[in-house]
This record gives sequence, C-alpha cells and structure tokens, in this order.
Amino acid sequence: MIADIIIQGVEMALVLLLAPLLTGFTRKVKARLLRRRGPSLIQPYRDLLRLLRKEVVLAENASWLFRVAPYLIFAATWVAAALVPTFGTGLMFSWTADLIAIIALLASARFFLALAGMDVGTSFGGIGSSREVMIASLAEPAMLLIVFTLALVAGSTQLSAVAAYMASPVVGLRVSLGLALVGLIMVALAENARIPVDNPATHLELTMVHEAMVLEYSGRHLAMIELAASIKLLLYVSLIACLFTPWGLTGPGTDTAMIALGVASYLGKLTVGGFLLAVFETAIAKMRVFRVPEFLGAALMLGLLAVLLLFVSRSL
Amino acid sequence: MTGEIASRALSVEIGLWSVAALLGTAILPVLRSRSPIARNLVYGACLAACSVALASALTHLLGLAGRHAALTLPLGIPWIGAHFRIDALAAFFLVVVNLGGAAASLYGLGYGRHEAAAERVLPFFPAFLAGMNLVVLADDAFTFLLSWEFMSLASWALVLAHHRDSDNTRAGYIYLIMASFGTLALLLAFGLLAGTEGGYTFDAIRAGEHPTRVGALVLGLVLLGAGSKAGIVPLHVWLPLAHPAAPSHVSALMSGVMTKVAVYGFIRVVFDLLGEPNWWSGLVVLLLGGVTAVLGVLYALMQHDLKRLLAYHTVENIGIIYIGLGLALAFSANGMQAAAALALAAALFHVLNHSIFKSLLFFGAGAVLTATRERDMEHLGGLIHRMPYTSFTFLVGCVAISALPPLNGFVSEWLTFQAILQSPDLPQWGLKVMVPAVGGLLALSAALAAACFVKAFGVTFLGRPRSDAARTASEVDRFSLAAMFVFAALCLLAGILPGFVIDSLAPVTLSLLGERMPMQSGVPWLSIVPIAESRSSYNGILVFLFIAISASLAAYVIHRFASRALRRAPAWDCGFPDPSPVTQYTAGSFAQPIRRVFGTLVFQAREQVEMPPPGSLQPARLTVKVRDFIWDGIYAPIAGLIVLVSERLNVFQFLTIRQYLSLVFLSLVILLLVLALWL
Repeated sequence: MIADIIIQGVEMALVLLLAPLLTGFTRKVKARLLRRRGPSLIQPYRDLLRLLRKEVVLAENASWLFRVAPYLIFAATWVAAALVPTFGTGLMFSWTADLIAIIALLASARFFLALAGMDVGTSFGGIGSSREVMIASLAEPAMLLIVFTLALVAGSTQLSAVAAYMASPVVGLRVSLGLALVGLIMVALAENARIPVDNPATHLELTMVHEAMVLEYSGRHLAMIELAASIKLLLYVSLIACLFTPWGLTGPGTDTAMIALGVASYLGKLTVGGFLLAVFETAIAKMRVFRVPEFLGAALMLGLLAVLLLFVSRSL
Repeated sequence: MTGEIASRALSVEIGLWSVAALLGTAILPVLRSRSPIARNLVYGACLAACSVALASALTHLLGLAGRHAALTLPLGIPWIGAHFRIDALAAFFLVVVNLGGAAASLYGLGYGRHEAAAERVLPFFPAFLAGMNLVVLADDAFTFLLSWEFMSLASWALVLAHHRDSDNTRAGYIYLIMASFGTLALLLAFGLLAGTEGGYTFDAIRAGEHPTRVGALVLGLVLLGAGSKAGIVPLHVWLPLAHPAAPSHVSALMSGVMTKVAVYGFIRVVFDLLGEPNWWSGLVVLLLGGVTAVLGVLYALMQHDLKRLLAYHTVENIGIIYIGLGLALAFSANGMQAAAALALAAALFHVLNHSIFKSLLFFGAGAVLTATRERDMEHLGGLIHRMPYTSFTFLVGCVAISALPPLNGFVSEWLTFQAILQSPDLPQWGLKVMVPAVGGLLALSAALAAACFVKAFGVTFLGRPRSDAARTASEVDRFSLAAMFVFAALCLLAGILPGFVIDSLAPVTLSLLGERMPMQSGVPWLSIVPIAESRSSYNGILVFLFIAISASLAAYVIHRFASRALRRAPAWDCGFPDPSPVTQYTAGSFAQPIRRVFGTLVFQAREQVEMPPPGSLQPARLTVKVRDFIWDGIYAPIAGLIVLVSERLNVFQFLTIRQYLSLVFLSLVILLLVLALWL
C-alpha cells in the first residue's frame, strides 16, 4: 500500500520534472538540425523559474476566470499525465480514470484555455480560441476512435490494463493497431500544437493557434500554462510509448531492479520520441489552417477504419 | 402486507393530488392575475406541489424498487375509466419532471416579476406541469393521449405568451401543427397496439400479441409521435422556434423536461408495451440518434441567439439519449441483457443530466435576458463582471453539457461509450457496421458541443461588452440565483457520485429488461464499474479531488514561494490594442472555421466577401448564406403542396347557386353509384 503510494507519487513528480526537459531536448535537437547551437537543455526550467518570479501584468478587464484558468489547466493536465503509465503499469490510481476520461480531462483543460483566450476580448485571443476548438472538434473524435480500437483489442479502456496487454506476447502485429498508431501520432501533433498543425515557436503570425490564446498571459500564469503544455507533450509521448513500445514496462511489483530497468527504458523512449519529433518538425512545413481539417479528417478516418476492422474481425 | 399496499397506492394518490393541486392553481390566477400576490401564490403552490410529488416519486423509486402502484378513477370514457399507475420507469420520470418543475417554480418566483404578460403565463404554467405529470402517471391509451394533448396545448399557450411578436406567432403556429401531427401519430400507434378487441389499458396492450409488421408500424408511428415532441431530426423544426419563444423558466421546462416526457412515451411504448424488440428497430433508433446528435450541435453552432442555441442543443442531447436507447434495443434483441441494461442506464442517466443542465442553462439565459433585454449574443459580452453568480452557474452548466469531467454530463456519455464498446459481439452485420460509425458521430458531437459552449459562454459572458445594455447589466434576484445554484450543485453531485444515480436506475432497467447494472454503491472509493473493474472504471470524486488539490497546491506554492505581485495594465494584444469592442471575435466569427469545415458540406454555407475598391470609404461586407436543407427539402415542399391544393380547392368557394346544386346532385349520384356497385 505505502509502496504503491510512493510509486504513484514518484510518477507524478517524474512527469512534472521531466516535462520541461523533453521540451528543451526537442528544441535543442531542432536547433542542431538547423545547424544552430540552440539553448541549453535546462533552458525551459530557467524560463519557468524566471516567469514564476515575475509579477503578473493583468489586462484591465480580465476576470476571475482568467486568473483561475492557468491553475485549472495545469491541474487537469497533470492529473491526466499522472494516470498514464510512464515506467510501470502498476499505478495505484489508474482505476480512477480510464483512457476516455484522460482524453476528457485534456478536453477540460482545453475548454478553459479557449475560454481564457476569449476573456480579455482581443482579436488575437478570439482567433486562437476559435481555431483551437475547430482543431479539437476533429482531433477529439479521432482520438476517441483510436481509444476504441485499443479498447477493443485489449478488452479494456483501463490504460494500465491496456498497456499490460500490449506488453504481453499475445498481441502480435495487427492492421488495426498500425492504423491506430498513425492516427494517434497525427492527433498528438495537433493536440500539442506542433508543426505541421501549429508552430510552437511563432508569435505575431496569423496562423498561430495556441500562442494566440495565451498572448495576454504573463508571469506565474504563463508559467503554469507553459508547464501544462510541456506536460501534455510528455503525456502523449508516454502514451504512444506505453501502448506501442511497451518494452521494459515494470509490472505491478516493486522489485528495485525492475523499476530501475523501467525508468531507464522510459528515459530511452522519451529521448527517441523527442528526437523523432524534432526530425519530423524540421523536415516538414507548416500547413495552412484550413488544410488542418483534411489532416485531422485523415486521422479520423484511420481511427474509424481501425474500429470497423475490429468490428468485422477481432483478430485484425 | 396491508401497510405495503397502502403505501403503494399512496404514491399514485400523492401524484394525483399534486396534479389536482396544480390544476387548482391554474384556475386561481384567472381571477387576479396582475397582482404580485397571485404570482407568488401560483409559483409557491407549484413549488410545493412539485416538491411533494418529487419526494413521493423518489421514495417510490428508491424504496419500493420493482413494485408498482395502480389506481383507477371513474373519469373519461365510461367503460374504460382513467387508469393511473406508478412503476419504476414512471417514478424515475416523475422525479425528472418534478425536479425540473420545482426548480422552474423557484426560478419563476423571481423571474416572474419581470413578466409583462403575467396573465398569459400564470394560468398555463401549473397546467403545463400538471399535464406532464399526468402523461407519466397515465396507464391507459386514452388518459395518455388526453394528457399528452393537454401538455402540448398548455405549452403552446405559454409559447404564445408574447404573441404580439411575429416570430412567436410563427413559432406557435408551427408548434401547433407539429404537436397535432405527433398526437395523430401516437393515436394511430395506440390504435394498432389495442388491436381489434380495443384493449386500451396498458395492461391489456402488454398482454396482447403484436405481430412483427404491427410492431414495425408502431415503432415508426411512435418515432414520429414521440420523436417530434422530443426533437429528433428531421422532426425538430418546431423546437428551436418554440422553446426560445416562451418565457425562460418555461423554456427550461420545455427543453429540459417536456422532451424527456416524450422520451418517456417512447420508452413506455417500445420497451414496455411492444414486447420483444427486433434488432433492426435498434438500428433505426441508433442511426436517428447519431444523425440527430451531430446535426443538432452543428445547427446550434450556427446560432447567435442564446436561447435558440440552447434549444438546438437540446436536439443534440436527445440524439445522445436515443443512441443509448437504440443500443439497448439492439442488445436486448440479441439477448445481451447486461449490455442492454448498461445502454439503457446510460440513456436514462443522460435524461436526468440533461434535464438538470439544460434547465440551468435556460435559467442563465433568462437571467441574461432579464438583465439586458437581449438574447442576441452579438450584443452581449463581459457579463462575468456584472453578473458574477449567474456567470458562474452558467459556466458550470456549460462544462457539464460539454461532457467534461468531473461534472455529470461526462458520466452519462462515458457510460454510452462503454455500451458501444460492448457491441462487437452483436451478430448482425448491419449493427456491426453502423455502431462504430455512430460511436464516431457521438464523439464528434461531444467535441462540437464543447466548441459550441466555448462560443456561448465566451461571447456572452467574457470579453468586453458589445452594447450599452450589457455594459449596465446587473445581477438578478435571489430566487433565480437559488434555482441556478441548486442545479449547479446537482451537476457536480451527479458527476462526482454517479454510483448512487446508477443504483437508483436499477429498478427501471430491471423492470424493462430483467437485468440491471452491477451494484455500484459497494465499490470501494465510490467508483463506478459498468461491467468489471478490469474493463473500465471511473471515479468522479477522486478526479474532482485530484484536480482541486493539485490546482490549490500549485496556487499555494507559487503564491507562497515565488511571486504574488500583480499589476493591472491595458491589454497587450500584440502591441496593437483597439479600445473598440467591435474588434473582438463575435459569435459569427468564432464559428466561422467550423462553419467552413462542416457547414459547407451540411448546410451548403457560402461566404461572400465584398471588398470596396481601393480608396473607397465604404465598409467591406461579408455575407454568409446558410441553407437549412431539412426545411428546404422536406417542409417547404409539403407546405407548398398544401398551399397549391388549397388554392385549387378555393375555386369551390365562389360558385353560383346552380353550380352548387349540380355539385350536390352529382355527388349524390356518385355516392349512390358507389353504394350500388359495392354492395
């Protein structure tokens, strides 16, 4: 019992601490690929600390919602991330929310972020919120269909159970899982505001989405939102890792050597995930906003196809 | 044993006495409707009657699980009488009706003060409540139809409370046509069910044999009759016109409660009276539900009238409920009773949830209307500063209806998703192909609903005021706020303690399907486990606590150890802030990306930009054309046909006396000829 609580606590702390590092690593690799030196790996931590220490400059007509939203967004994202297996599947609270609920928690975070974007009443905030919900209206159903696929394969929507099933040798290669993986990667790119859907590095560009919503934020509020964004990126990498590369995941035991192996393989997966993301982002151009529905529509169709295949035959 | 029987009949008697009290209240204001005493008396009496009926129904549902109470009154058609009965299903819907009724009465105590045409609202409001109660209590076809029509007419009168507005007149006209059409369909359905013997009591219908052909016809007729009242696409056209036209607490009742009475009618006939379902009936209901859900929310996204947006959203939620019902039919037809119980419980849970948050949202829209005299979102904005309590409760409603955890809307949609995941075991290919598609539609509608309510809340309550009315609005009275806060609290309670709701639904699923969801109140930590813990579980209260704790912890740590300095300054807006509120995003511009993605396909939305030539000072114009293909494709042709035929027949009005006489003679000859040939 106590060991379970400790493991759960370690996982929660791990997500919180590793998230900025993953962001920093991705930036660094991108910079190196562009033949720049790039900022140091720990630059995101420095940025966060700097933001936390600064005063908040609040727009004159900002409401209480604007001030509460960053904490809610952070909390919802963090809780969601804490329920995704990182190095082991024996999460103590994994039964509080299944994969559908985790997606819905992220949707709650986005709901408040989009509202916060509209709170001050600027044109940029509105444009960001409006585009964000448009993207979400396609990304979320796609994600849910992917969840259906996994749930039908594993016979459970419980993420720890799904991960444990995927780690077992009975899974094998399946068409539906392949489709789901491609769809999941597309959704993850859109959800995390990465290229080709959005650009995390731009400001003052009419195509921006996420950055437009948070334009009015400063100081500790901005720090919370940036941290939540980092955690979300980590969450999606962990999710893809624990579902499709479940090697080295620690089972529900507390063997120290196993845990060390689990943590090591998890760090390895994060490195590979961050590297691949950076390579992909460098290799591709950002698309126009109204091409995004086609991109996500493809993910939606992949998800639907995967679910249909499973309805036709459980072994596909 | 005697005590049990007494208490059984008691719940029906209490129900009928509440109805009688409501009807008595309805007569009262005819005498002195303008005085505030009459108003307080009417709403107070309604509140009391609904509370008593609510308590009695709740006791019946929780205490007398599985049993029913019946009562026959010597009213109505002499040889039939009026039968009333409360079973688990009726008790559940009585809870929904009277919960909404009590809250609407409480709200009316405050909201009614601003009612200009009180004499047109006060008599019909209690009558409307009485009608809805009677529909649920009725136990024979005659009483059911009479109560149904009474409910329709009372609500029609309420829609026409502000009858000088031409929009409202049109809404009332279309509503009346659709309501009569619906009752006609139900009348035929009950005629078919009663058979040639004419057994009009529900007991006789239940006992009778219904061949498949009759069953299919009855299903179609009930879908037309109850579906038109509930707002299934394409029978929804009256709903977004009529619901917003009524005073707001009546809108809340019509949208939150009356549509549920229609759902009750559907469940009563299809699940209870019709007997064994067929798998294709599940398929039909499922498809209608999926289409209704997505089209409803897409229509809602195109609206910028706050109340109309909410009304269209009711269409979406009815779709979600019908998806659950369709799944339950499909499972039940294949003997998968456990999965059917899950699907039905999900649908009923959503019935309760929607009645709570839709009423809450209409109360909020009514508060905005009271404060600003404005329903058009394009003239609102910034109300969160002027109406903090209203905006908070409205936000709770928005989060709940968008199916976001930890509130109640999420739980029922989650249960529906869990039911969908049970369906690969269904043997029929039609279902195998359609269920995942409907699952996709459900997911799509949930995501679009969140978008819709970001728009509704963001444009109405956030940002800067777009008109003087919004700039000078003030918070509404305490009664209205009390009603809103009660429902906001219920949204949270049903969301974090869903196990209790699911357990109280067990008698309903037991009586209709012979199966129930597993007992939830014994699960540790108050989680809900629809099938087995290894498959799925959800714990609302822990999710709520985790979010609350981590948010407050983060806030505390930051304020304690980092910085708590704060400075107010003009908005940044990338360095080019514009003081004019016109530069904000409006409801129309917010929905533009979604209109472009989905609307071009569904509504043939066309945008046209007129740019003035360079140097001209004329403003640029954007014209958006959105076609309602259901109105244009179905209703307009029918209306055109009727007009055409009546114009042709109009000739007969202007004939000479000789022509009339020859007409009479001719028809007499034809009649005689027919008779002669026939016999």
